[in-house]
Amino acid sequence: MKDGFFMACHDCDLLHRIPAISEGMTASCCRCGALLVKPKRDSLERTLALAITGLILLVMANSFPFLGFKIQGQVRHTLLLTGIQQFYTSGMPWLAVLVLFTTVIAPLTQLLALIYVLLPLEFNRRSPGMFHIFRWMQRIQPWSMMEVFMVGLLVSMVKLAKMAQILPDVALFCFMALIFVLAACLAALDPHQVWEHWEN
Amino acid sequence: MSPSALTAKTVSLVSCTVCHLLIRKHTRTADSLGQCPRCGATLHSRKRNSIVRTWALILAAFMFYIPANLIPITKITSLGVVQTDTIMSGVIYFIATGMWPLALIIFVASIFVPLLKLFILTFLVISVQRRSNWRPKDRTRLYRLTEAIGRWSMVDIFAVTILVALVHMGAIANIEAQKGVLFFAAVVVITMFAAMSFDPRLIWDTKEPEDACEYPA
Repeated sequence: MKDGFFMACHDCDLLHRIPAISEGMTASCCRCGALLVKPKRDSLERTLALAITGLILLVMANSFPFLGFKIQGQVRHTLLLTGIQQFYTSGMPWLAVLVLFTTVIAPLTQLLALIYVLLPLEFNRRSPGMFHIFRWMQRIQPWSMMEVFMVGLLVSMVKLAKMAQILPDVALFCFMALIFVLAACLAALDPHQVWEHWEN
Repeated sequence: MSPSALTAKTVSLVSCTVCHLLIRKHTRTADSLGQCPRCGATLHSRKRNSIVRTWALILAAFMFYIPANLIPITKITSLGVVQTDTIMSGVIYFIATGMWPLALIIFVASIFVPLLKLFILTFLVISVQRRSNWRPKDRTRLYRLTEAIGRWSMVDIFAVTILVALVHMGAIANIEAQKGVLFFAAVVVITMFAAMSFDPRLIWDTKEPEDACEYPA
């Protein structure tokens, strides 16, 4: 990290001169307490590794059966996308769009954008438009709701447990792993390290 | 760190909301400051029309909140018996069957959090309009809270998504989503946009610059 730069707090606009801070330390706003900078060790490498892992898991989670539902000898297998398709065909296309966006498109875009930006940086190259893409990646973040989906899944499984037998399938395990990988991936990311490549 | 008593705005700098680059303000027009040279985001010293937009979204969300809670969200058909559920009747069902942790999750995520968020935002907007000086640090914390908890209201929508996907077995058992889910989804999305359109820096704009604290070295 280059030593000393100016930065305004994103929550209260107070100007700070941020000195060179080492990994593991944080700089917070002295007035409102917002986290300003938090350098992380091997941030780019770790984020990239986890993003690639996440992408593989996301593809698997959406390709294989997700849950099975057994009632009176009949078994129904579903994909993650089945419910979305159900919304669409039952006249609620906007709901289908919302669920599709928050559980598939947003996480997928995030992971692809991270790989697109970070992989060339690893070889000291810059991909075209990387700053614009990285900006969109940050914008989309609040809409990526995999961990919320997991809680929704838990609720529905408990609700159905009395009615029928629930059979967890391959994709469910991919999905559970994906939540942790995605959380770790974003926790490892230090956006400032990416933005710093602008001047060099 | 050197003590700083200035905000970016007072010294004619603009902080990019996305990448936090500080840019000298070229006073071309009052409204538009152009794009961030680094990330391309549109620059604003403060989010545009923050108060008006946030008010509009808060009111819209309050309006949708009522049908979201009154109209059924699911219709369960099982061997000829039809049962419709609203959000609250789902909570009551879980309490009645002794699954109170789940009842609590649904109640907090679907009923309590959206309301709490709307009341906090209303309070923040009013306090900014009245140029209040009351505990700005705590008000900023409240804002961060509303930003963080909003997404968890989606739990019920995702639960319904899985229910309609799994329980689709004709006469034996069938669950269909009802219009209430649409209103509820609207509440969640609108409150998320409301939180995004509010600018916490407005809370601090009433402060005099010399109120700023000393930063320990």
